Amino acid sequence: MARALPQPRRASLRRLYDPQSGEELDQALVLWFPGPASATGEDLAELHLHGGRAVVAAIETALGNVKGLRPATAGEFTQRALMNGRIDLTQAEGLGELLSAETEAARRAAVHASEGGIRKKVEQWNDRLLNVSASVEAELDHSDEEDVAAVIGSGLSYRRDCIALAEELERALASPSVERLNEGIRIVLAGPPNSGKSSLINAMTGRDVAIVSAIAGTTRDRIEMAVTRRGYSYILTDTAGLATKTDDPIEAIGIERARQALDAADAILWLGDENPDIASDASIILIHARCDEPERDATPDDRTPVSSKTGAGLSVLWEKIEELASRHIPAESAVFFNERQRRLITEWKNRLEAAAQEEDLLLVGEQLRLARSLCDQITGRAGVEAMLGDIFARFCIGK
Amino acid sequence: MFDVIVVGGGHAGTEAAAVAARRGASVALITFDAAKVGAMSCNPAIGGLGKGHLVREVDAFDGLIARAADAAAIHYRMLNRSKGSAVQGPRIQADRTLYASAIQQMLDRLPGLTIVEGEADSLILKDDGSIAGIRLGDGSAVRAPAVVLATGTFLGGRLFRGEDRETGGRVGERAASRLAEQLRSLDLPMARLKTGTPPRLDGRTIDWAVLSEQPSDSDFWAMSPMTTIRRNPQIFCAITRTNPGTHDAIRRGLDRSPLFSGDIGGQGPRYCPSIEDKIHRFGDRDGHQVFLEPEGLDTHLVYPNGISTSLPVDVQHEMVRSMKGLEHCAIITSGYAVEYDYIDPRSLDHRLALPQLPGLYCAGQINGTTGYEEAAGQGLIAGANAAAFALDIEPLLLDRATSYLGVMVDDLVVQGVTEPYRMLTARAEYRLRLRANNAHHRLSDIAERLGCLGQERQQWVNLYRRERARLDSVFDRKIAPNTLRVEGLSVPEDGIVRSVAEWLRFPAVPAEFLFSDENIASNPVLQERIEDARYAPYLERQAQEVSQMQANDAISLNGGLDYRTIPGLSAEMVERLSATRPATLGQASRIRGITPAALSAILLYVKRAG
Repeated sequence: MARALPQPRRASLRRLYDPQSGEELDQALVLWFPGPASATGEDLAELHLHGGRAVVAAIETALGNVKGLRPATAGEFTQRALMNGRIDLTQAEGLGELLSAETEAARRAAVHASEGGIRKKVEQWNDRLLNVSASVEAELDHSDEEDVAAVIGSGLSYRRDCIALAEELERALASPSVERLNEGIRIVLAGPPNSGKSSLINAMTGRDVAIVSAIAGTTRDRIEMAVTRRGYSYILTDTAGLATKTDDPIEAIGIERARQALDAADAILWLGDENPDIASDASIILIHARCDEPERDATPDDRTPVSSKTGAGLSVLWEKIEELASRHIPAESAVFFNERQRRLITEWKNRLEAAAQEEDLLLVGEQLRLARSLCDQITGRAGVEAMLGDIFARFCIGK
Repeated sequence: MFDVIVVGGGHAGTEAAAVAARRGASVALITFDAAKVGAMSCNPAIGGLGKGHLVREVDAFDGLIARAADAAAIHYRMLNRSKGSAVQGPRIQADRTLYASAIQQMLDRLPGLTIVEGEADSLILKDDGSIAGIRLGDGSAVRAPAVVLATGTFLGGRLFRGEDRETGGRVGERAASRLAEQLRSLDLPMARLKTGTPPRLDGRTIDWAVLSEQPSDSDFWAMSPMTTIRRNPQIFCAITRTNPGTHDAIRRGLDRSPLFSGDIGGQGPRYCPSIEDKIHRFGDRDGHQVFLEPEGLDTHLVYPNGISTSLPVDVQHEMVRSMKGLEHCAIITSGYAVEYDYIDPRSLDHRLALPQLPGLYCAGQINGTTGYEEAAGQGLIAGANAAAFALDIEPLLLDRATSYLGVMVDDLVVQGVTEPYRMLTARAEYRLRLRANNAHHRLSDIAERLGCLGQERQQWVNLYRRERARLDSVFDRKIAPNTLRVEGLSVPEDGIVRSVAEWLRFPAVPAEFLFSDENIASNPVLQERIEDARYAPYLERQAQEVSQMQANDAISLNGGLDYRTIPGLSAEMVERLSATRPATLGQASRIRGITPAALSAILLYVKRAG
C-alpha cells in the first residue's frame, strides 16, 4: 500500500493507498524492520499516520482487507517476542509491569527489567551456580582425571561458593518486591491516643477520611488512604493510638493492628511529644503537633511543627516526606523482583544452603541440580548442556 | 532366511545379535572377519564413571559385556570409591585376546546365531522402502525383515596420520564404503565425526622401574554378579607424564596435524581430546598424566592412555621418547585419527529404529556415540527391538527414570549429537535412583518379561529376589529410640518407634549396628538396600519429578505435525522440532532451546487441533 518498501530501519515519507481501490488514504512516515532483527523477531512495519480518527479507521479497514492480516490481540507483540526468543520471561514480565506501573519506583524497576536487567542479574548468578555445579560434577564424573584433582584441590571450595552465592541472593531478597513498589511508600501516622493523628491525615489528604473527636481512642481500626503527589505514590495509614493500657477489647485489637502497620512502614510520622519506643527499620519523622496553640509555639530542635487546623508546616512536612521517598526510588541499576521471581530465588537460596551443609558429594550435586532448574524457571530457559560446557572449558579432561 | 541380520561384530553388534537370539530370533551376524568379533579397537578398558552403569544395566538383560570383561580382566579399579555408590564407576582393563574369545564363546553357545563372513555391501529394500535383507560383497543375499547396523567407524571410515590418508575403519582393515554411499543416496541425514587413538608401545622397551605403579584393587568385586572369582593374574599399570619438552615437540608438529590443518571436518569428543588438542587448549598446564596400560598377558603391547594423536610418525616418536621411562621406547603401531559417517540420531525413534526404512535399526558409533559401553547398550536396545519387529513381540522401551540406557537413547533421539556422545552420570537427572549396584533391581523384571534372560541368569535373578524379600522383614523391624540410646547412640528422645529403614537416615546410627547379624561386606543386596534407605527422602522427592515427566510423556504429539504452522515458534525451534519429531510433549520439552512458552504454544495447538 506504500508501493516501494523503504530502506530497513529508516523513517521514510510515503503516500499510502488502498490496495483494492487505489485511493490515496494518507501521507505517512513508514518504517520497515525486517526479521529476525526486529522487536518480535518477525518482519514488522510501522505506519505513523495523521491523527484523525477517520484516517486511522480507513487504514485499518484497508489493512483488514489484506489476506492474512488481523488486528493484534492484547500483549501479542510481547508474546511473540518471547516465543521467538527475542526477550526472556523476565523481560516480558517487565513489559507487563511497565504497563501497570503506578509509581515512579515501579516504572523504573519495570523499565530495567524489560531491558534485561533481571536477566543479566540472574545470568550472573547462574554463571556462578554453573561454575560450582561444574566443579562438583567434575569431581563426580572425572575424579580419575589429574587435571580435575589439581584444579578442584581439596574439593571443599564448592561449600564456600555456595554460601557466598546464597548470601548474595539473600541480599537481593531484602529489597522490596515489584508489587511493593507499585503500592507506593507506606507512611504510618502513629502516636499516643488523642495526639492528633486523624486530624493530620485529614489535613494531608485534604479530605475527611478519619473521624476526629476529643475522645481518646476514637480511631479503632487502621484507615488507609492512597495519595499521589509529584509523581510519588503514598499510602497514608492512620492508626489507633498506642495506649499502654486499655480495657476495651476492640481498641486492643486496633492497637495490635497499629503495631502491624508500623512493622510494614517505610516511614513513620510520630505525633507523641515523648519520643517513640518503636523497633522499626523505617525512617521516623518526629512531629510537633498543634503548633498553632499558643502554649506550644516553641518547637523542639528535632521536631517538625505542623498545624492540622491552620495548615502551617504541612508543606515543610511534605518536603521531608518527598526527600525520604526519593531514597526509596530505585537507582537506575537496581534490580527488583516480582513475587514469582522472589519465590524461586528464595527456594534457590535454600537449595544452596542445603548444598553447603551436605556431606555426601552426590547429594550436593542433587541440591545444585534442583537449584539449576529453579534458575531456569526464572528466565524460562533450560539445559544440562550449559553445565557440561563449563566443565570441558575449564578442565583438561580425557585420556 | 533369518529373522534379524546384524552388521558388525563390535560391542554394539555382538550385544544386538546375542539379545535377538536370546529373545528367540534366528540371527545372522555379518562381519569382515570372524576372528575379529569382539575386538577392542581402542582402549583395553571397560567401565568407568557413567559407563560402568551401562555395563551393569546391559548385564541385567543377560548381556555379554560384563561377563566378558570379567573373563578378560587383568586389572580392577573402582573409581570414586570414597563417594556414594550412585557415582562409583567399576572399571577393568582387559586382555584383548581373552576378551574377544570370551565374546566369541558366548556367541557360539547361543542357538540360532550364525556368523557370516563378508562385506555388507548394501541394504536390500522392498518397493515400499522396508527392509528385506543385506546384499554381500560377492553379490549373494542374506534375507531378513530386520537389520541392525552396528558399523562403528567402518562406515565411510577414513584414517589420518600426519600427511598420510587411508580409507579404512581400523588400521589395516577395510571400510564399508559402498554401504555408506547407499545410505547417503537414500537421503538420510548423515554427517561426519572423528575420534582418535594413541600409538601402541613395545612394553619391553619401557623402563618400568622408574615409574610409579598403580595396582589393581585387592578386594573382590566384579562387573557381573554372575562372576564369583578372578580368573586371571592381576597386573599393575604405570603412570608417566608429559613435560615441557613433550609439549614443544607437539607444538612444532601442529601444522602437520590434520586436526589443525583443517583436513578433518568431523567434530571430535571434548572429553577425549587428542594430545595436540590438550596442548593447544590448555597451554598453561605443565604436564598431563599418561597411564601405561598393558594390553594383555601374552603380548608386549602397551596402551599409553592420554596421548591419542594424529601427528606424523616422526613427531609421535619424538613426543613419546620425551617422557620419563619412555626414553628408549619403540612404537609398534602409530596413533591415528579416524573420521566416519554417522546418521543424525534424531531421525531414530526410541526403539533405535529408523522409521524411514521400516525394519532398520542402528546402534553404536553410527548413531554418533563413542565408547564400548555406549555401543553395547545401544546394541542391546536395537537388537531386542529388531527381534520384536521380526517376531511381532513386545519392544524394549526404557525411559529416563529407569536407567542410563533410557537416558542415553532419549538424549540421542531427542537432542541429537554435536560431538561423539559419551555417558556421564551428570546426564541422568535421577542419578540417585540409577545406581550401578541396583541395576538388576531396576531392570530384571522387564528383562524377564521380554524373554531376554538365559536359564542360568534366571536362576540368579530368582536367588536375588529371594534375598531382597528376606531383607524386607529385616528392614521393617521396629526399634524404639531408647533401645539405641542405651547402646550409647545419640538419637532423639522423642519416643517414636522407627523401622530399621527409617533409622538408617540418622547419621548417628551406623549400619553395622543395625545389621549386627548380617555380613554387610559380603552381601551386595544388603548394601543396595542400605543405600536405598539412606537416599529415601531424596528418592521420594524425585518420584514427583518422575511422575511429572511421565505425565508429559503421556501427551503424544502427531509425528506429522507441521511446526511451521504453530504460531509463536522461532525458526530455530521449528528446525529442531522438525529434525527430532518428538513423539510426546515430554520429549519436546527436553529439546535444547525449547522454552516453557513454546511448549504451551505446542500444547494449545495440539489441543485445538483436537
